[in-house]
Amino acid sequence: MNKLKLAASALALCAMSVPASAEDVKVGVISILEGAFAALGQDGIRGAELAVLETGGEVDGNKIEVITMSSDASPDSAVNAARKLIEQDGVDIIVGPLSGSEGLALRDLSKSYPGVTFLNGSSAAQDTTLRDGSDNFYRFGGDGAQWMVGVGDYAFNDMGYKSVAIVAEDYSFPYTQVLGFMTEFCEAGGKVPEKFWTPIGNKDYSSVVYSIPQDVDALFVALGGADAVNFLTQYSQAGGDKPIIGGSITIDQSILDSKGPFKKLLVGAPAGTPTVSDYDGDEWKAFTASYTEAFPDGFSAPSIFAHHYYMSAKAAVMALDEVDGDLSDNHAAFRAALNDLTFTTPTGGTMRLDKNRNGIIDNFVTEVYEREDGTLGNRVVKVVRDVDQLLGQDEEAFLASGAVSRDNPSCP
Amino acid sequence: MKQALILIPLLALPLVLNDFWLTQVATRSLILGVMALSLSFLATYLGVVSFAQATMAGIAGYTIAYFGPNTVGVGTPLPFWVTIPMALIFATLSGALVGLIARRSRGIYAIMITLAIGVAFFYFTRQNYTLFNGWTGFSGVRAPEVAGVSLRNPLLLYLLSLSTAGIALALVSGFVRSPLGLTIQAVRDAPGRVLALGISVTTPIVAAFAFSGLLAGAGGILNVWYQERISSFSVGLGPIIDILIISVIGGLRHPGGAFVGAVVFVLLDTFAVDLIDRERFNTLIGVVLLLIVIVAPGGLQQLAQDWAARLRSPQAKPKQASEHS
Amino acid sequence: MTLFLIVTLNGLTLAALYFLAASGFSLIFGLMRTVNMAHGALLLLGGYVGYSIVEATGSWGLGVVGGGLAAGLAGAIVQAGVLGWMQGDELRQTLASIAISIIMADLMLWHWGGLTYQVELPDLLAGGHRLPVLGVGYATIRLALMGFALATGVALWFLIQRTRFGAVIRASVDDQDMLRAIGYPINRIFVLVFALGGMLAGMAGVVAASALSIAPGTDLQFLLSSLVVVIVGGMGSIGGAALGALLVGLAEQYGLAYAPTYGVVFTFAIMVLVLAVRPQGLMGKAEL
Repeated sequence: MNKLKLAASALALCAMSVPASAEDVKVGVISILEGAFAALGQDGIRGAELAVLETGGEVDGNKIEVITMSSDASPDSAVNAARKLIEQDGVDIIVGPLSGSEGLALRDLSKSYPGVTFLNGSSAAQDTTLRDGSDNFYRFGGDGAQWMVGVGDYAFNDMGYKSVAIVAEDYSFPYTQVLGFMTEFCEAGGKVPEKFWTPIGNKDYSSVVYSIPQDVDALFVALGGADAVNFLTQYSQAGGDKPIIGGSITIDQSILDSKGPFKKLLVGAPAGTPTVSDYDGDEWKAFTASYTEAFPDGFSAPSIFAHHYYMSAKAAVMALDEVDGDLSDNHAAFRAALNDLTFTTPTGGTMRLDKNRNGIIDNFVTEVYEREDGTLGNRVVKVVRDVDQLLGQDEEAFLASGAVSRDNPSCP
Repeated sequence: MKQALILIPLLALPLVLNDFWLTQVATRSLILGVMALSLSFLATYLGVVSFAQATMAGIAGYTIAYFGPNTVGVGTPLPFWVTIPMALIFATLSGALVGLIARRSRGIYAIMITLAIGVAFFYFTRQNYTLFNGWTGFSGVRAPEVAGVSLRNPLLLYLLSLSTAGIALALVSGFVRSPLGLTIQAVRDAPGRVLALGISVTTPIVAAFAFSGLLAGAGGILNVWYQERISSFSVGLGPIIDILIISVIGGLRHPGGAFVGAVVFVLLDTFAVDLIDRERFNTLIGVVLLLIVIVAPGGLQQLAQDWAARLRSPQAKPKQASEHS
Repeated sequence: MTLFLIVTLNGLTLAALYFLAASGFSLIFGLMRTVNMAHGALLLLGGYVGYSIVEATGSWGLGVVGGGLAAGLAGAIVQAGVLGWMQGDELRQTLASIAISIIMADLMLWHWGGLTYQVELPDLLAGGHRLPVLGVGYATIRLALMGFALATGVALWFLIQRTRFGAVIRASVDDQDMLRAIGYPINRIFVLVFALGGMLAGMAGVVAASALSIAPGTDLQFLLSSLVVVIVGGMGSIGGAALGALLVGLAEQYGLAYAPTYGVVFTFAIMVLVLAVRPQGLMGKAEL
């Protein structure tokens, strides 16, 4: 196996030493390929590769070469990966990265490389595009607040929750998710009397569990991975029985598949997400079929990461096609094409950019349901089309409310 | 003469290397080398392995970021001729503070108390927003401009890092010959006797840590200019262990070895992905570290010296790896 | 008031888990002066193996024993294969065990992936109890943790202070050469101690995977908590480890309940404070 890899990389080295023809376009893809996120990060790469495969690997006779680099979820490593791609491999376009802080880091880096076009992978920090954006950094996707659109409204009007307590990890992504939820929920008249910000990687939530006020109607939980498992287990063991509302990364399939005693709490729990793996829209089915055909060893359906890397890479090849691979003059024509690009996304919506080069997206409200065989799954209860980064608000008012933090927004 | 032999090729490097090799490999090695030097200095002359060097470097970096131009809107910009000395002073003071806390701990105890300080600082930066901007940290940090040219320019940053490394090495060799430096080594060899002479061991220990803080701070400033950002990730367990690995590869008891270790580490970090599966990078680095510890406890520097000695006089026995263990 | 009492109880039960996790580390250090930085990796290995066994057999007890044995075997290999060759050179041992922990963590990630695992509890321990007086639900497993910790502490004390094996170990620490001279296989004894320490870590790993969960990174969390517990309490003293675990567990839970922002820093601040004043820890003997 390793020998094969070695041979392959030796071949790749040889291939690199052959001078590439002037029209070849090099696309660098940055994702997390090491550590606990490696399996998911790999799926991001699959998404980008799929978009290139669908074009046959070339646009108007210009070959597209994909080079992947790994980061380790830290912004420093993402920057190093990008620098290697640009300075050593000479890429024209970068697709990535995966996580929020990395996205902010690459947004800043992009200002130093006006000759390279950056397309965000799946990172969802708000300020990557909203404040202090960069002319050559594009996001064909949403931010963490957009990913919660529809949920606050659904919780207040459909579920009838008037008062919700929040348990979330103490960093920027959950802050943004809370903003997306509270913007609608508070506007509808709901109250959030208390927020519990817990350090990421916290294992023992028992003291938080007992601090949750008894008079709230539900809990909004924006925790990821092990943190979510730990919190939900301990909450249910302590006899907690408030209904749960999930963030975009809280109630994923691995949590639904785990055997924790908290499963009964989750049935009926709504959550917000831009990607539903078993969505039954026609475009999504076609996308899934194309994905499983290209990557038989991939997941059973594209993940949120494959979905987002795919959209970015697809935007890149479509814009390249439009300008016949012309990347002259610091990508001027190519970027103009990106700015005006419109295409149908795998979720059936129309992707286009706002003036900050941030995507106008589709978002889903899902709920956990019990399948016939007793296992749990997420199903779509609502699709919200054309969600923009300002969450439908007036730009000035939205910006005036300031950057998200532990205390912003607030409606106790 | 010997210095010139090393210095001339190093000065000529920018002529043969492209920007990537110059910045990502050469400059990065020098910067990491300066940080690792601060650890090797402590290990060599005080006999203490400190895990808090990334913290001291981080304090200098955070000072530059907080009092410099950044894009997160935290802090107050000051001119760079104020922030640079200030960053060095803060790093030195933080070193002194670590020394003061750890002054009575030796050997493995010192490892663990400095590790605790490092991890505590990491969590603090992650949670505090007013000074450290939490998880996200500072981005858009720009190196100062001199006569309209940014010091982040590949050639300038390389030359700056090279001269910093040179000055740091010279400072170390001067410092260890000074009366204070000799006292520090006496504390390493026979703390009891130093006490018996009526000299406090606290002062030399704190001074050694403070000096290592100064070195780490210099590396930290260069690093924040190089990365153009700093966050809690920059002072976490990853960088803490990286600095240790670099020092061990180079040889914990040879200050100059820090740079050898840094070059090896940077090459592995940058190019291992082309040779092995990126996912298994940590196994590779772990195996390299383990081999060094088992086969060459004196590090690559010592290994090279032994070979050189053997080549020169085949009969001569290689010098003992550690004169003072 | 009720909240304060519950948080205190949480601190006590968390302390029990920390004590379980740190006991093997403390044992190895106390008897052999080896700082085993691969302790967290051994704990995680035990947790993973225990999970796989419980999945296959459905027996929680078997999982705990199997996880313990696997980590004990790994510990013995580490001592016999690497650390034993550097006996007496503490710094080298520390560095080598860091390298081993990096390698082990990466290989475990390879095999078990980045998922979060939770070991299914037997019916007896699953679910919660209604606490008298406080009138709130409380997880049975957390109450059981205190029993486990007590049993482990007593068993360790008995083994070291009251058995022949314990006497030999204690003697070997004080005077290796003499023991070797009268014919005791010192190296083999050290391997056994390491196996015992590894087994304790592995069993704690399965318990941690049942009470909380395990995932990549759990190894470092428990290594750090064990370090702090053992250092604060005093290296190598079982009583010290118990005291250290109490301090750390309570600090963490009070921090989480009353000062969540900086709670996580408290633990380390306590350690720095204790060490600055008493370098040998609260109950440790002063080094020469």
